Amino acid sequence: MSFAKIKSPADYFSRYGIFIALIVICIALSVATPNFFTAQNMLIVLRQVSINGILAIGVTYVIIAGGIDLSLGSVIALTGVVAASFAHPGTYPLLVPVLLGLLTGVVVGLLNGLTITKGKVAPFIVTLGMMTIARGLALVWSKGRPVTNLSKEFNFIGGGDLLFVPVPILLFVLVIIVSAVILKYTRIGRYIYAVGGNENAAAASGIRVNRVKLFAYIMCSGLAGLAGIVLASRITTGQPNAGIAYELDAIAAVVIGGTSLLGGRGSIAGTVIGVLIIGIINNGLDLLNVSSYYQQIIKGVIIVGAVLLDRRNAR
Amino acid sequence: MSSSYLLQAENISKSFPGVKALDNVQLLIEKGKVHAVMGENGAGKSTLMKILIGMIKPDHGSIMMNGREVTFHSVHDAILAGFSMIHQELLPFPELTVAENIFMGREPVTGFFGWINRKKLYRDAGKLMEKLGVSIKVNRKMKELSIAEMQMVEIAKALSNRAEIIIMDEPTSAISGREVQVLFNIIRDLTKQGIAIIYISHKMDEILEIADTITVMRDGKYIATHPASALNSEYLINLIVGRELNAIFEKRNTNKGEILLSVENLEGEKFSGISFGLRRGEILGIAGLMGAGRTEIMEALFGLRRIASGTVYVKGQKVNIRSPRHAIANGIGLISEDRKHTGLVLSSSVKHNITLASLAKNDGVFLHPDKEKKIADAKIKEFNIKTPSANQVVNFLSGGNQQKVVLAKVLLNDPDIIIFDEPTRGIDIGAKTEIYKMITALAEKGKAVIMISSELPEIIGLSDRVLVVRGGTIVKELKGEECSQELIMQYAMN
Repeated sequence: MSFAKIKSPADYFSRYGIFIALIVICIALSVATPNFFTAQNMLIVLRQVSINGILAIGVTYVIIAGGIDLSLGSVIALTGVVAASFAHPGTYPLLVPVLLGLLTGVVVGLLNGLTITKGKVAPFIVTLGMMTIARGLALVWSKGRPVTNLSKEFNFIGGGDLLFVPVPILLFVLVIIVSAVILKYTRIGRYIYAVGGNENAAAASGIRVNRVKLFAYIMCSGLAGLAGIVLASRITTGQPNAGIAYELDAIAAVVIGGTSLLGGRGSIAGTVIGVLIIGIINNGLDLLNVSSYYQQIIKGVIIVGAVLLDRRNAR
Repeated sequence: MSSSYLLQAENISKSFPGVKALDNVQLLIEKGKVHAVMGENGAGKSTLMKILIGMIKPDHGSIMMNGREVTFHSVHDAILAGFSMIHQELLPFPELTVAENIFMGREPVTGFFGWINRKKLYRDAGKLMEKLGVSIKVNRKMKELSIAEMQMVEIAKALSNRAEIIIMDEPTSAISGREVQVLFNIIRDLTKQGIAIIYISHKMDEILEIADTITVMRDGKYIATHPASALNSEYLINLIVGRELNAIFEKRNTNKGEILLSVENLEGEKFSGISFGLRRGEILGIAGLMGAGRTEIMEALFGLRRIASGTVYVKGQKVNIRSPRHAIANGIGLISEDRKHTGLVLSSSVKHNITLASLAKNDGVFLHPDKEKKIADAKIKEFNIKTPSANQVVNFLSGGNQQKVVLAKVLLNDPDIIIFDEPTRGIDIGAKTEIYKMITALAEKGKAVIMISSELPEIIGLSDRVLVVRGGTIVKELKGEECSQELIMQYAMN
């Protein structure tokens, strides 16, 4: 995404508005509670947001390409139970549950993408269907029971530290870097913006639109697979009921980050900031002992408020 | 008798960030007159109209209706004050009937619950149509109507609003010659009833035919207002462009080379039996009425529509074009008639649009931002694209400049066969001339050019040969010297 040169404070705000909002929220919470701005709490926040973060980055691909994915929460559960059932101590090496979890995600993405491109069904419908299909598969696979007794190595993914940094945070950062590079500096990344911005013009420019969409849906569900592995490892259980409504937080983060639901516009940086805003507000309100009922209301107001701001700036 | 003006808009100024769109503009409209407003794209016509219809507020200036100052806070205010606008792109409710569209938001109601009085609704709509002298059944669904008929419905709607001034923005851009005459008759009727028309168009001959008065704007400034009878088209062009235009169509060397494209018996959904050849250095004009199948044939050659049967040869090789990708790979480029629909990614930058079609050729998995920037800057210069920077979002450019971006994009692939579909629709004379020059230059460089156009002077001025298309087939081939507007129309209309 490109912007015109910054000329005035108003331009400055429209470009960095969300970032400024993040800083304002941080300052406000630092003043309100002494426990907020500590290294320990920051690590807690980052670890809490890493799963939603990985999901949000994934769905950013799909939304920029002009689609939507509602199946993420169920994909988390499905990939989690699949990975967990190959992660009992003394059975397979760690690579097996990890690869199978990711592969499950990729297959779901492929099915979503093929139904949308070849079947020409609206993404909303396809992924709504996949939401219940994947949930059902997770329950069938696990026979409705949590998959427990997982190996130490597997549990390290969600619970361990590497160089004093929790592994989920490292994975989140890795996903951010790779995705930012893909969207900004690769051909497929550019094509994602083009397809989301104007599918017809993209096709007339010789772009294979279906392949581009397929790529976006596979990235999205594949990353949901990664998030599913991290979650199962962190709660040391493959939980078929995990991740319900996670897709909503992920989409909310993308939208707060300034990515247009109409497609063609958005960035990984924006999504990361959106993820942080949601995470920090959750954390801050917890620290302030605000009831979770009110937390939901506040979060909703922020989502709509962010888009409202974006609208006004987009003239 | 200054108070004889129905509308007096004076000293109107309006700035947008970075641009002075209007600078002390005036517009004086008399009752019952057709007042044309002319100027290149970006001259400020649209901004001025948006102010009159209450879509945007001026920074300065006064608007007087019947000698009384008015201020509009919304389109609703402007309509109440007697303004109506027929937009270039009509926005009807396709699933509702003609009558429902006319009275949208103002349906006659009866009774305590405010039921819609359908009988009165249809009777009133019928009366309006009668008054206009058109025979459109008011219970037809809007989506069944032609664009010309939709315009009539919009005019009926304006009448039902008791409009005193009707603004028509490029009303003839999408209707055929016969329909234009029907529209003009209605306009003349309306003026007899005392209604003033503000008529916006780029088409010189139409303006000189229908307008009583002409106001010319340039670069956001008011230039002049003259009675139409005192103007001829050369003088008018000078006013609009602000410089002498030498002969618009230059003579060129016609050095025809080998046959680049040859089409045999092409058949598709909307055309059949299409055969023609095209040589290097040649410009082939495709004429015909709207809906004759011209665009469909060319879109099929570019892989946007299915070819049911027939053969296409490029440089003597038989090719199978199933998608634009194949067409591009075979050296075919298409500058489509609808740049917003198939030409541009409006939400992306000028740079990204220019390079979009050639990334596959120039880059691998990774892009080369520095090289890309250089290419974009070079093309912006070469095509004289007016944009603050290569990173400007293309949506903010004027029509002519957007068209140049499409051109730059397609030509960046260096195609040998270039298809132009209505290359100058809705763009101003300055940009038109530039595009004519580019087309001529391409042919001189040894490219083969196909040009679809509804503007006969441009077809005749540029083409070496003209194919006239009617009902999905080629009905006549005319050589350059035998081409005339009358002859083309005769074959096009049967």
